[in-house]
Amino acid sequence: MSAQLLTYLFVGASFALYIGIAIWGRSSSTSEFYIAGGHVSPLANGAATAADWMSAASFLSMAGIIAFEGADGARYLMGWTGGYVLLALLLAPYLRKFGKFTVPDFVGDRYYSQAARRIAVVCVIFISFTYVAGQMRGVGIVFSRFLEVDINVGVFIGMAIVFFYAVLGGMKGITYTQVAQYCVLIFAYLVPAIYVSIALTGNPFPMLGLGATMADGSNVYLLDKLDGLTTELGMAAFTSGSKSTIDMLFITAALMAGTAGLPHVIVRFFTVPRVRDARISAGYALVFIALLYTTAPAVAAFARMNIINNVDGLIYRDAPEWFTKWEDSGLIAWLDKNGDGVVQYRGGEALIPTKPVFGTGRGESGERRLVNGASPSANELYIDRDIIVLAHPEIAQLPNWVVALVAAGGLAAALSTAAGLLLVISTAVAHDLMKKIFMPQITERQELLFARIAAAVAVGIAGLFGVYPPGFVAQVVAFAFGLAAASFFPVILLGIFYKRMNKEGAITGMLTGLIFTFSYIVYFKFINPGDNNAEHWWFGISPEGIGTLGMLANFAISLVVCRFTPPPPDEIQQLVENIRIPGKAH
Amino acid sequence: MSEERNRAYWRANISLMLVLLAIWFSVSFLAGIIFVDFLDQFRLFGYKLGFWFSQQGSIYFFVALIFFYAWRMNALDKKFGVEEKD
Repeated sequence: MSAQLLTYLFVGASFALYIGIAIWGRSSSTSEFYIAGGHVSPLANGAATAADWMSAASFLSMAGIIAFEGADGARYLMGWTGGYVLLALLLAPYLRKFGKFTVPDFVGDRYYSQAARRIAVVCVIFISFTYVAGQMRGVGIVFSRFLEVDINVGVFIGMAIVFFYAVLGGMKGITYTQVAQYCVLIFAYLVPAIYVSIALTGNPFPMLGLGATMADGSNVYLLDKLDGLTTELGMAAFTSGSKSTIDMLFITAALMAGTAGLPHVIVRFFTVPRVRDARISAGYALVFIALLYTTAPAVAAFARMNIINNVDGLIYRDAPEWFTKWEDSGLIAWLDKNGDGVVQYRGGEALIPTKPVFGTGRGESGERRLVNGASPSANELYIDRDIIVLAHPEIAQLPNWVVALVAAGGLAAALSTAAGLLLVISTAVAHDLMKKIFMPQITERQELLFARIAAAVAVGIAGLFGVYPPGFVAQVVAFAFGLAAASFFPVILLGIFYKRMNKEGAITGMLTGLIFTFSYIVYFKFINPGDNNAEHWWFGISPEGIGTLGMLANFAISLVVCRFTPPPPDEIQQLVENIRIPGKAH
Repeated sequence: MSEERNRAYWRANISLMLVLLAIWFSVSFLAGIIFVDFLDQFRLFGYKLGFWFSQQGSIYFFVALIFFYAWRMNALDKKFGVEEKD
């Protein structure tokens, strides 16, 4: 069967499964809609959290980034897993004991303040929307490349599926579809990795294959071989980094604290029955995540090696199908600088500007003509990092069914995260805004209706993001983590561990962290992108890492302000005592 | 009595947490970033040691830390009699 047909089959079958689960798992109360009634087993919640958390960025982009950055890619590997340690030790068990529905619930109640609640709601909605925008692009890429439909059609299909199980099923439907989506995505990620690992190193475990010797009989370690290849071609050695230590530290910390502060991750821990389930559930979640995250650097190294071996020295007229297909979608470009009809893949950027701009017609060898100028380097090849995971099975000439599987996996990753985010948005609107702020008199039935309407509207807006992607997605993703790190992480942490923290401290701290982080990112990403380099950054910290500084500012300001303002009332101090102890009656 | 018990439980929790967070910090920020170049002169099979910590090793530690914490906390809950009733 052709890869195309198989892809339709796999994607269709997985979608049918999600819809089936959604019908089975309909929600009938607000508690079911928001937190699946609090009856989810820790293992199921772990798998759901993993799918919720691992987005199109983890599945599609991360290995690609590591493939090209080598050692520097570690900031994502550590940053997006280390946050679970913070979550398990510092936040999840206590938030579970607190036992409400949302993050603004905690902020509003703990800081006895509607103002704090409002700030939290605005943050939740902003963070979740910036994050969901990236997912929609992921859905679009997979659909357009593998099913050869228009990106917009792909987005609409994805939206229809999410609409179905998010609006109908709420958290209950989402949780069990996410469990299924985790299974699909991890299978889709591991199978090609195992294939390639066996081919390159003979080791069936890709995470170990990374440290193994080549299977070509040379007895050379794979990473040494790759370091040799990359330096030979004038590229940075794969295992050496080029980012400054301070920037690596700040970015990694921002990703960790951001992970722990992301509302759609936190809310998953409200769905388990007991405090101790929340602790162990974070462990299960990280095991499920680690399966992909320890495989990703292996996929990255394998892909880099396969690309170098298959592309450098390739005569364009003999180029394999995957090469010309991705060139047609504009994600690969080749500029024959020396006119020899052979692809030279070397260090440095190939094009000026670095992103390809295609003109009309074909060049000497039949390649797409470029408007870009040639850079001074000998490199002739542009490869978009986002295609690595999708293209690698084809590059490594794996069977068609594996190629098809990857498409289904990418969609599972994007849809599961999108659904989790949309649910958080709908909860924020229906519960935090309507019920807790504007219309406290509404009945549960009305609240549930609001939640469904809000979910439907949010799906629509997310769809618009997919059709009209806002600029460059990576730019807005820095927002989500930076803001979560600078706002929620410190407020929740202090709310649990520092009884004396009062509303004045929390509010000023949160605003400081938010405004500082927001302005820094907006300045360097949007107002003055020309200055976005280490020379102009404060202390050499890039916008991706600035959330850490915002977080430190939040801590400092809130601790100072709370010293000069009255302590929280007795019942709040009681509340803090209560969430610290698992068993005591509420 | 119960207030004293709660305070002792909380202290035990905090000290366990601090130890685990120190390990968390060491395997990621220290071994994976600050001392990565220094550690890279040592080998762990096919990996340079610093590279291993930053790309895979720290993650294995993270997983172990959470399970250890969950296990120890369940024991502490019982020891101080603060566990949840089913």
